[in-house]
Amino acid sequence: MSDKKRAQKIADAIQSKFGDAVLEIEVAYDEFVAVVDKAIVHDVLADLRWTHHFDLLLDVVGVDCMELEPFRERFEVEYILYAMKSDTRFRVRTPVPETDLDVPTASDLWQSANWGEREAYEMIGINFVGHPCLKRLLTHHEFVGHPLRKDYPVMGGQWCSSTSEMKEELEESQGGAPGGSSAG
Amino acid sequence: MPDKNAAPKQYTSKDFDDDLDFGHDDFDEGLTLPDINTEPMYINIGPCHPATHGTFRVYCKLDGELIEKAGVDVGYLHRGFEKIVETKQYGQVIPYTDRLNYCSGLVNNVAYCKAMERMLDLEVPDRTQYIRVLVMEIQRIMDHMICVGTNIVDIGALTNFWYFFNAREKLNDVIEALTGARLTYSYVRIGGLAWDLPDGWKESVKATLKEIPKAIKDVTGLVKKNRIFQDRTMGVGMISTEDAVSYGWTGPCLRSTGSDHDLRKVRPYYHYDEVDFDIPVGANGDVYDRVMVRIAEMEESMRIIEQVIARVPDGPINVDDKMVVLPPKEKVHTTMEGLINHFKVVIEGAQPPAGRIYDATETPNGELGFYIISDGTGNPYRIKVRPPCFYTMNALKFLIEGGMVADIVAILGGLNVIAGELDR
Repeated sequence: MSDKKRAQKIADAIQSKFGDAVLEIEVAYDEFVAVVDKAIVHDVLADLRWTHHFDLLLDVVGVDCMELEPFRERFEVEYILYAMKSDTRFRVRTPVPETDLDVPTASDLWQSANWGEREAYEMIGINFVGHPCLKRLLTHHEFVGHPLRKDYPVMGGQWCSSTSEMKEELEESQGGAPGGSSAG
Repeated sequence: MPDKNAAPKQYTSKDFDDDLDFGHDDFDEGLTLPDINTEPMYINIGPCHPATHGTFRVYCKLDGELIEKAGVDVGYLHRGFEKIVETKQYGQVIPYTDRLNYCSGLVNNVAYCKAMERMLDLEVPDRTQYIRVLVMEIQRIMDHMICVGTNIVDIGALTNFWYFFNAREKLNDVIEALTGARLTYSYVRIGGLAWDLPDGWKESVKATLKEIPKAIKDVTGLVKKNRIFQDRTMGVGMISTEDAVSYGWTGPCLRSTGSDHDLRKVRPYYHYDEVDFDIPVGANGDVYDRVMVRIAEMEESMRIIEQVIARVPDGPINVDDKMVVLPPKEKVHTTMEGLINHFKVVIEGAQPPAGRIYDATETPNGELGFYIISDGTGNPYRIKVRPPCFYTMNALKFLIEGGMVADIVAILGGLNVIAGELDR
């Protein structure tokens, strides 16, 4: 079975399980994207993780859709998933309105969501609820604003000088694979 | 004017900026050190430490020499790649990709152009595909040479570094003969290559390849069964395949845990499926395995180069698409249409249809993905890079906690974290 057929089957399964909360199944360049409502995004991801064996979260992408057509909501979060055993790639996208930036964290499903979500938080400003340490990662801890938003100027550098004490990172507990034998 | 004869000011710890205090309140109270026998000790490693090969910071809470807790801070080389490329044309992004993983810039060039060509629905000519495989595999050898060489230097063995860098220098000459550059190549173009192979290049590659096995033999002879090296690396920074996958590991680091995931095999591009090569895997997922997997991969890359170099066909190097590829210089200088064509491509550039794509390539470090959103204009709406070592670095805290301070250096070197790619 080809990668496309497997992804098609998974998309159908997601659609029949979650019904209307799946806003759209998009096929772009032979890859399937499930656009789902923010309220069920964690359930969809958990279903993909445990039922469909998507064990690798490749990336968490935050997008500012301010100038993008067709316009749905101001922001979007996209999870790029990969199943190692069956060699299937699948993407889950959820629109995030500007007025309510809360999205449930996926860091209880994949450890890689930890830094992926921190990056989406600092660059776009998505608030991942339940994240163990939602702090700025690539920008300085004194930095104000979210640089990859479209209304942030390209030359908008900021003067930051103090050194972070890193107490939160120190106390954050980080274990192995969630649900795995060595999970801590 | 200050009085030259006045006694020099006596500084106390209070005179120094509080901001430079690394969370150690005791230093403020007139320099009373905590009792190291009972109190935990906090140390800060980096961001400019000679053993980190890039700027990142590790902050540790120590119990004796054991790391009880650790915090990892990155971003010191953040240059805003993803923001700046939104203001550029698609073709102008290529020089920026050189600066992601600067140890193997050509692979990044190819990865980006491959994604763009899928978006533009272009199939590059066979000759270009084979040349791209050639340069990618040469760069893979060069990248692994830096990683393994410096990793072994960090744990105290300098000679291996020179063995590898001698051979790497010769490969660098080969790449320089082709691209004219030694670090930031920008040789690949959307829809083809900047120029064709120079005369006699294939022969010089073949001649250079003959010198690599000697370097590999010299290094493996010194470290493979070396008791000191094994003590420093075996069982250090161990991770299971399941944990590594959960952390988003790909590439040689993942393969050192026993997984044989390699995009060149599972999703072959550019005729990789026609080439005979193996995927070296490790067993324990420790630093020793990561080094040995990389060394074995260098040998496999040499096998690929030997097979591919005989197969490079004649023919054009660029796709026949006037909207993407610059016309040949003779046409620009002699015909009106060529000149107009040249101007159109330079001013407008490639314009992929509106949509989103995620395309991944197996780089020396793992899966390098480009997530590109096009709004139908000549400038990318958003380019998100999925750097492989961003996610390997995520696991550093997990790997070093419970280990010794000296192991941090060995683990960091084995992960091959390149700050340019990590921080973008």
